Amino acid sequence: MSELAITVIGQDRPGIVADVSEALARLGANLSDSTMTRLRGHFTWTLVCSGPGAAEVEAALGPLAADGRLLATVREVGTEVEAAAAGEPYLMSVHGADRLGIVAAVTRVLAEAGGNITDLTTRLTGPLYVLVAEVDLPPGTADPVAKRLAEVAAGLDVDVTLRPAETDVL
Amino acid sequence: MSDALHGWTPEALGDPGEVLPVVTAPDAVLSRPGPEVDPSDPKVVRLAADLMATMRVSPGCVGLAAPQVGVSAQVFVVDVTGHPKAATVHGAFALCNAKVVEASRWRPGREGCMSVPELTGDVKRAGRVVVEAALPGTGEPVRLTTDAFEARALQHEIDHCAGLLFLDRAAGAHAIHQRKVYL
Repeated sequence: MSELAITVIGQDRPGIVADVSEALARLGANLSDSTMTRLRGHFTWTLVCSGPGAAEVEAALGPLAADGRLLATVREVGTEVEAAAAGEPYLMSVHGADRLGIVAAVTRVLAEAGGNITDLTTRLTGPLYVLVAEVDLPPGTADPVAKRLAEVAAGLDVDVTLRPAETDVL
Repeated sequence: MSDALHGWTPEALGDPGEVLPVVTAPDAVLSRPGPEVDPSDPKVVRLAADLMATMRVSPGCVGLAAPQVGVSAQVFVVDVTGHPKAATVHGAFALCNAKVVEASRWRPGREGCMSVPELTGDVKRAGRVVVEAALPGTGEPVRLTTDAFEARALQHEIDHCAGLLFLDRAAGAHAIHQRKVYL
């Protein structure tokens, strides 16, 4: 049993998810985690599934990508996922005038502190650039990280907020 | 209607106000905490009247804060009359130097903003708040207790006065959405 990482990207149209998942189901590939969205109107789907070999899945998805409007990639990935060190969950919002290097600069601050980004979205709308990230920070690092982020944000002329992510367990 | 506003109506401003252009992010004025104001200053009364006039001509607008018309100051207007998500409604009112002094019943909700016209965001806000402020003109202190959509609108406007946008309170990495319908 192999675990596969699949990406499907291309021109959006109704039915892509149904077509791809049907092709996978026919091969006995069991879909586990996946996330799909549209980025500036482009269809994007990243998924992990288990079952047959990569070549078989690639061949099955081939016809879907045949007209050149969709790009599908299939890679075998290890099933042993190294557990990330437990951190404290935080939310970071960044917004300001679009310019080159905003994401690189603010995420470098997180990386240097040993922070691990677990989810991230960026949006460009008109001149406004927005980034929201969920990040696990090593215990006790939030204050110095927030301070460093404020310095970097001032240099980029963007606004940044870092706040604890609330989890309500019911 | 509660009597928390002592019968105040926008007519008390004595000025129909002028419709001003609304500034949008990333304008720096939206990120600056606004200073407290003297509520009896004629300029502040005029600003409140302009905010009221601008809110009234903007379709779907339920609140507008001074930074949104380019003025860094703790002044805003709110009117959620007729909104389907509103419960307690105080009509159209303007407040200066408003502060949330009690907040409870936190719940998520999706909100938009005239200054971020193409996005909406899921933000957790208190479903019940007590706000202390001063009325423009007389400077009379008021203590407003409200809930539901009016509470959300108040928190959104008080955030504007503190230089914060709903983007700064997004509930998660998937909590910012491209706006589909502009209201």
